[in-house]
Amino acid sequence: MKTLAWLFVSAAVFAPAAVLRAQVNVPYERIRDASKEPGNWLTYSRDYSGQRYSPLDQINAGNVGKLHIAWVHQAYELDGFETSPIVVDGTMFISEPPNIVSAIHAGTGRTLWSYQKNIPSDLRLCCGRVNRGVAILGNTIYYASTDAHLIALDARTGIVRWDVTMADYKNGYSSTGAPLAVKDKIIVGMAGGEYGVRGFIDAYDAKTGKRAWRFNTVPAKGEPGVETWDGESWKTGSATTWVTGAFDPETNTVYWGTGNPGPDWNGDVRKGDNLYSDCMMALDADTGAVKWHFQYTPHDENDWDSTQTPILSDAMVRGEPRKMVVLANRNGFYYALDRISGKFIAGQPYVKQTWASGLDEAGRPMRLPNTTPTAEGTLLWPSLGGGSNWYSSTFSPKTGLYYVNVKEMAGIYHKGDAEYHAGGLFNGGGQRDYKDEEPYGAVRALEVETGKLRWEYKLYSPSHSGLMTTGGGLVFGSNASSFFALDALKGGLLWRIETGGGVGSNPITYMNEGKQYVVVASGHALFVFALD
Amino acid sequence: MKSALVCVVCVIGAVAATEPKVKLPNSRADLARGEKLFQHHCALCHGQTGEGGRGPMLTHAKLARAPDDAALLKVIEEGIRGTEMPGAGAMSDREMHLTAAYVRSLGKVPLKPVPGNQAHGAEIYRGKGGCVSCHSIQGEGALSGPDLAGIGVRRSAQYLRESLVDPQAAVPEGYMLVTVVAKDGKRVTGVRVNEDSFSLQVRDDVGLSHSFWKTEIALTEKKLGKSPMPSYKSTLTEEELTDVVAYLASLKEAK
Repeated sequence: MKTLAWLFVSAAVFAPAAVLRAQVNVPYERIRDASKEPGNWLTYSRDYSGQRYSPLDQINAGNVGKLHIAWVHQAYELDGFETSPIVVDGTMFISEPPNIVSAIHAGTGRTLWSYQKNIPSDLRLCCGRVNRGVAILGNTIYYASTDAHLIALDARTGIVRWDVTMADYKNGYSSTGAPLAVKDKIIVGMAGGEYGVRGFIDAYDAKTGKRAWRFNTVPAKGEPGVETWDGESWKTGSATTWVTGAFDPETNTVYWGTGNPGPDWNGDVRKGDNLYSDCMMALDADTGAVKWHFQYTPHDENDWDSTQTPILSDAMVRGEPRKMVVLANRNGFYYALDRISGKFIAGQPYVKQTWASGLDEAGRPMRLPNTTPTAEGTLLWPSLGGGSNWYSSTFSPKTGLYYVNVKEMAGIYHKGDAEYHAGGLFNGGGQRDYKDEEPYGAVRALEVETGKLRWEYKLYSPSHSGLMTTGGGLVFGSNASSFFALDALKGGLLWRIETGGGVGSNPITYMNEGKQYVVVASGHALFVFALD
Repeated sequence: MKSALVCVVCVIGAVAATEPKVKLPNSRADLARGEKLFQHHCALCHGQTGEGGRGPMLTHAKLARAPDDAALLKVIEEGIRGTEMPGAGAMSDREMHLTAAYVRSLGKVPLKPVPGNQAHGAEIYRGKGGCVSCHSIQGEGALSGPDLAGIGVRRSAQYLRESLVDPQAAVPEGYMLVTVVAKDGKRVTGVRVNEDSFSLQVRDDVGLSHSFWKTEIALTEKKLGKSPMPSYKSTLTEEELTDVVAYLASLKEAK
């Protein structure tokens, strides 16, 4: 551990430590009952539902036009800043590039402590030294580092309580997502889907760091599902788990998405459906046992990870109340599943797609001929970035709508060699941009039970950033370097600001001393907004 | 922009300092395989034999962005921020090594001298050709066209000649001529320098920048991939064209 000493000095000089160091304590029940304390943001998506909806309404459609910067926190290094902060009783906890966790006073923006983990120089990552946030349980902060460690830090000081290795980074393993604290366990995913890893979801005892269970997302020889992998191809099957899932306390079920099979674009070496890649997994939170799975893209050859945070929402479907788990998948289709049984309820494309004629009754895509990558290239919609990607969609119980920041974009997929070397790139092809049609983006509001379009707010370019809805009737989101607020009912633009850096993160909101704040990481800084 | 450039320098520096020495494959079969990969992934921009096109020439023994083989592999894998060079997320480690080996082999072939009278070419560039009314070289000349400092390192003689004779065949990616008519009647024609969902910035032919909120714009005419540069096919003689190409090919990177 390397503590950034100057930050302690700055905190000590400018503010009395006794006031700034809040006595943070977040038992499981507080996260489970997050609706009782809307001013806090206690877990990755605010609560376990994954909805990224906040009931706060001090900032609303009538006054959001007066939103201005309250404070800014600059990151130390220039890698992508994808953090989704958590805020507990006046203290914000964030991860920063490349391997830093910071506690910040939520009212002033002054840093309370920072912890930095040294990163091995030979660590290889597909997509930058990014991280999407931390979890809290009790008075401990949990952080999954890019070199695939899970680290427990004292929430008051940043001092390390324990540090466990989840997997060996030298074999291509990494971790970039925020852990999820559930009861007495810390559930965490991993990354490395372009390096021939074997994916898993882990749970660790929050107090000791001892591993409680592991669910391997690619079954081994003798396990059910291995028959969906040709020969020994399961050994490098990927199916990583790099975005935080959701949890239903009523049924003790963790919902967690899985990534592309490996190698990404060359399916010849892994014939079969390749379970459990591109799946929604429903797991028992205590044991990791599979309750059900649903595969969105069987035998994916387009890198359409299904890792984005699932949203748990309830709705009337054809006159019947249904408990659903929904998401707008990277493959271009929106899906509503029954979250108890895993059965398909409804689905339809939410962006242009040219690879399937539709979904069958069970929700399985009906792939069209000649859509597999070739040496020369195969033109398809959507691009490998997907109709949407890892960043958050949001559901507002107030409007009953599901909102997604979409990419309308094609890719020319091509197939290449797929030779595995431990820790080396193992992707078997790639994508070239399609130049003949200008891509664009949009925020789209969909009916949650069907995916049918209600309205869209068109954007000049495809976005790579998340959305949040609030009780103030707002959808907060980003496009390129702009951060904006839309009317959640009709989609009109109500406020925007140029941040000067590309936004690749999810917004959050919180209350501090009676004032609502809205937060987004952009470029190399964390921007925090408030009214006067 | 600045931060991106600084970062590229950091990355290259870090590679040189920490990574073990790279050994590129060098058998004839490896180079043939590397050539095939190059044709598939790189030739679209760098030319079939690395002679340059939309991307720089690669036929130099020393490449500015890739002083050693580790740096070359890093550029192939990650691309170069702030430029059109993408990372080769598409290639395996082995494929990147084979491609790098082929790129290095391009720099081992001696460059042919570019024929023509450079001094005469410079005179035409500044005089009869009128190139300075759009292009600049180290601060000399106008700003509406691409800067030509160091163009001799980045582009082949063949590409430069084609640009003079048929400018529409070699328009840089993303280069867009645009005419904006604002609701208050203001009309500006120039190069689009930036655009997002909310605003549009244009640089006119004297180098002045104009910014419009999209809500203020009545009409936008975009000519994607169209160049305002005239063809010199009929205005310069064959000899004059050869001399201008010789002059441009002699322009090396500013120190």
